[in-house]
Amino acid sequence: MALMRNARRILAATAATTALALLAAGCTTPAAPAPSASGAASSSAPAADRSITFIPKQLNNPYTDVVLGGGKTGAQAAGFAKSNVVGPLEASASSQVSFINAETQAGTNVIVIAANDPDAVCPALEEARTGGAKIVAFDSDTNPKCRDLFVSQVVAKDVALIQVEIISEQIGGSGEIAILSATANATNQNEWIKFMEAELKDNPKYKDIKLVAKVYGDDDDTKSFQEAQGLMQAYPNLKGIISPTTVGIAATARYLSKSKYKGKVALTGLGLPNEMRAFVKDGTVTEFALWDPAQLGYVAAFAGKALLDGTMTGKEGDKFTAGDMGERTVGANGVVIVGPPTRFNKDNIDKYNF
Amino acid sequence: MSEVLSQEVAAGRSGAARVMTSRGAIMWYLVLAVLVLLSLVVPGFASPRTAGFLLLDVIPILMIALPMTLVIITAEIDLSVASTAGLTSAVMGVLWAGGMNIYLVLLICLIVGLLAGAFNGIMITAVGLPSLAVTIGTLALFRGLALVVIGDNAVANFPRELTTWATSKIGATGIPVFMVIVLVLIAIFAVVLHLTPFGRGLFAMGFSKEAAEFVGIDVGRSKFYLFVATGLVSSMAGIFWTLRYSSARSDNASGLELAVIAAVLLGGVSIFGGRGSVPGAVAGVLMIGIINYALRLQRISDVVLIIVTGTLLIASVVGPSIFEWMRKVRHDRRVHRDLTNPAKSSTSPAS
Repeated sequence: MALMRNARRILAATAATTALALLAAGCTTPAAPAPSASGAASSSAPAADRSITFIPKQLNNPYTDVVLGGGKTGAQAAGFAKSNVVGPLEASASSQVSFINAETQAGTNVIVIAANDPDAVCPALEEARTGGAKIVAFDSDTNPKCRDLFVSQVVAKDVALIQVEIISEQIGGSGEIAILSATANATNQNEWIKFMEAELKDNPKYKDIKLVAKVYGDDDDTKSFQEAQGLMQAYPNLKGIISPTTVGIAATARYLSKSKYKGKVALTGLGLPNEMRAFVKDGTVTEFALWDPAQLGYVAAFAGKALLDGTMTGKEGDKFTAGDMGERTVGANGVVIVGPPTRFNKDNIDKYNF
Repeated sequence: MSEVLSQEVAAGRSGAARVMTSRGAIMWYLVLAVLVLLSLVVPGFASPRTAGFLLLDVIPILMIALPMTLVIITAEIDLSVASTAGLTSAVMGVLWAGGMNIYLVLLICLIVGLLAGAFNGIMITAVGLPSLAVTIGTLALFRGLALVVIGDNAVANFPRELTTWATSKIGATGIPVFMVIVLVLIAIFAVVLHLTPFGRGLFAMGFSKEAAEFVGIDVGRSKFYLFVATGLVSSMAGIFWTLRYSSARSDNASGLELAVIAAVLLGGVSIFGGRGSVPGAVAGVLMIGIINYALRLQRISDVVLIIVTGTLLIASVVGPSIFEWMRKVRHDRRVHRDLTNPAKSSTSPAS
């Protein structure tokens, strides 16, 4: 019996080893027919075969869906034959890499990405570029050396300042505030927070406002809700919360609207009008800010087209036409700005549907 | 691997048919069948790029799956592996950013893994707590320590020659150079489990701890070694992860423990202990990796992907149980028939 079992294991191992050898062989032999390996995905790709793929930070995020909707429209208007959206379910650092790899292998012409980590995606993006793809970062930048262009919704500083301004108006210019952000490593979030901290410190208008905490809801609804709850318990004197993320502000608003802090603790940040409408109308939130996210995807698609056509390279001073939105100019470090942020309150929120 | 093979062939005597129908072997037939099928069906799948990208994706899972197989065979579990990898990554980032020699950093990282594993091992064997409880605790603890060590920062400027090496391929084959290390690990764990008295002891422990102790196996010490090995290999996976993505962060490799355990179970290792093989576990890892990769190449959403993985896992765990149950039902029915109808049963042996 023992012998039998031993023999079984031995043969299983034999089979395994053979199979591993076959696996290796199977993967290496048919090298020639792979279309992507041939470098066909160059800027001279005929217009009919052009493909663009959007890789958001994560799927199933309402904000991202609006951006991607604009991207689809833009890709169609810019004449791409195929536009795809792929992405991870979790916004973790390295989760986007295998998607970039798959696009490299599929020979996609333009990859538009919102990076979860500016550096973790770099080696994969560089490999995609070697294969001939153009890389446009949007929403959240990658390390500048591994993309051709970064399409930013707004000037980061403007976004930060408008939020500080709104919260200051609502709490009467003094008191304790907290920030409820997305993930601790999100490039865009951290840049905004940095500007907010600098503004609070340097602008005498805000000298009585004290930033007491920064917490991270990881762009997860439940976690953001719990963090909001935790903030209220940890800081009983808290007068306002800034949540520069659509998931965070919606979760916080949901918590506040059902709690005794409703209308007493001010909440602002970056939110989607459709998600925030109820909270603006019930008085939980007075005013918040955002841009039209669809424009971000739209401009990114046209930027990709211009790079692919070779009409620009992404260096400072380059110009391209973004369809109906007119001409855009590339600024320092290859950054393109879409437009200024908008304030939403009960007077204008019904005019927006996203 | 070929050394193992020749030894095993030399030792093999009989029962070829049974071995070729073992769970591990079946998994390999399935992996091959899936590979052939996908090469035909999915455009662009049959390319050296696939080998490269696919293997780079599965290497961390593959590495940790090896000690995990041994741990699960002894009817224990280690849920802290991904956190150990994350802690290693954090330590690696902070020490490198602090200006330490990179090879010294790597050495310290491995020691961190050893210590993490030893901590689990002591709590489980010396203190006598269940591994599930201990490693749920260290799952949180090690991830927390990673946050303490590196905080919200990310360290990205690792030496370029090392990060390039981590993703480099062997010639034109597309197979990552790092696979050589992984193959050595596979060989070591396969030999230890299947060809040594220590390995046989692990199966015995999985079947019955008391019986194993009774025949003179030092259960505590064996398990301690296993958890140390798991910690060490997890830190190696953490180092690989950090170099591959050239980014040291506290959330690296999070959630990896479930991917590892799913793959190991799919590879035919019994969660109740006492059954399983290293080749089977390797096949399980490759199976999940290959299917995920092909679905991604087809741009099929990750939502579908996790459903597929989950279904495969359930099927692999439930399948054998149903098979076992059907055999039992048939056996019971036969016994019942033999008992109620002795006249007929006297002729049945002939048929």
